[in-house]
Amino acid sequence: MNTNSNTYTVIYASVMVIIVAFVLAFVSQSLKPTQAANVLRDTKKQILSSVGLADAEDIDAKFKEVVTDNIMEADGSLKSVPADKFESNYKVAINKKQYHVFVIKNGDKTQYVIPVYGRGLWDDIWGYVAINATKTNVEGVYFGHKGETPGLGARITEAGFRSRFLGKQLRDGSTITLSVAKGKHAVSETTPVDGISGATVTSVSVSRMIQECFANYIPFLTK
Amino acid sequence: MSQLFSKKNKEVFSNPLSITNPVTVQVLGICSALAVTAGLRPAFVMGLSVTIILAFANVIISLLRNTIPNRIRIIVQLVIVAALVTIVSEILKAFAYDVSVELSVYVGLIITNCILMGRLEAFAMMNGPWESFLDGLGNGLGYAKILIIVAFFREILGAGSIFGWNFVQQFHLEDFGYMNNGLMVLPPMALVVCGCIIWYERAKNKELQEK
Repeated sequence: MNTNSNTYTVIYASVMVIIVAFVLAFVSQSLKPTQAANVLRDTKKQILSSVGLADAEDIDAKFKEVVTDNIMEADGSLKSVPADKFESNYKVAINKKQYHVFVIKNGDKTQYVIPVYGRGLWDDIWGYVAINATKTNVEGVYFGHKGETPGLGARITEAGFRSRFLGKQLRDGSTITLSVAKGKHAVSETTPVDGISGATVTSVSVSRMIQECFANYIPFLTK
Repeated sequence: MSQLFSKKNKEVFSNPLSITNPVTVQVLGICSALAVTAGLRPAFVMGLSVTIILAFANVIISLLRNTIPNRIRIIVQLVIVAALVTIVSEILKAFAYDVSVELSVYVGLIITNCILMGRLEAFAMMNGPWESFLDGLGNGLGYAKILIIVAFFREILGAGSIFGWNFVQQFHLEDFGYMNNGLMVLPPMALVVCGCIIWYERAKNKELQEK
């Protein structure tokens, strides 16, 4: 057979593309439910990890036990969200002006976790910021990213960077003071969090993301 | 059995680890060697993924080699590689979610890796499936070897850690005035480290030197 004829080439290409398309569609469809469940569980894990509870054996059970999902009303009060409405993407929620607040009740300790969303150097970045019961200081953070540079911007997910947020002052009255900045600072509650060398854009993006998202929560924070 | 591991087949497998190394001798796949070698862990995972995908892509192309129309062979190769990469990424997302988060962009990057296209075009198009499989494994491991060596030096000197274990903090080396070299974290230093490896290999192997 002449494998260089036009007819053969066109048929070969068409058949190949159709087969590959079927295989990919099949793989994608058959794995979708498992993937969706993984994404939800991972979101729960991220929220728990901002308050240092992500080591739990059964993430779903632990989440159900300590976390309640709420939406902030215009006056800063909280309205609870049913558990089956739990979402994994807070970018959409923030754009729809639905401001979620996760209330963590672990023993007699209360904390609030606020989801934040923003744009990094290459793609979306997000995070969960845990604050204390008086809503003044940070008690833990979790950051995630879709496509920041490995080894540089991607290091926002590492414990080393996240631990720099512990105890930082969140706000002064109704001004959000928590930020990330380049260079060495005297380490105190009110100074900016030290950024990551070689990842200035991502560090600044984290700072902007926190500032912008927390600004929406002023009614809740000052209530 | 002896035919499967003949001298020629052994060379197909072992040459890419040394004298025909895809990174240091053929200078292919340099882009990802610069991008993912800031830490040992990503370098290790990337090396492993490329090895697996290269071996399978080589076998598939080798099985199809007599049917592929010459004029669209590059497209066919690309479709096969892209399909394999997508399947691997989907499977990771379903059954090893943590690993897939860890890998993030690397899996997608494999499609653009020059070594894959290079081996498919130069080897799998004219050799049988078994030889192609060995060639894929050899080249993948040759690539992984260089990635790990580069990442080893960059992580130790740049971040002061090995596989994320921070020895500088552990032994309080900072108290003795030791400082991590921030330059090592940036991609240009990967090129310098790569250059040093090429220098070393050329000095050692007379075959690699130009007359």
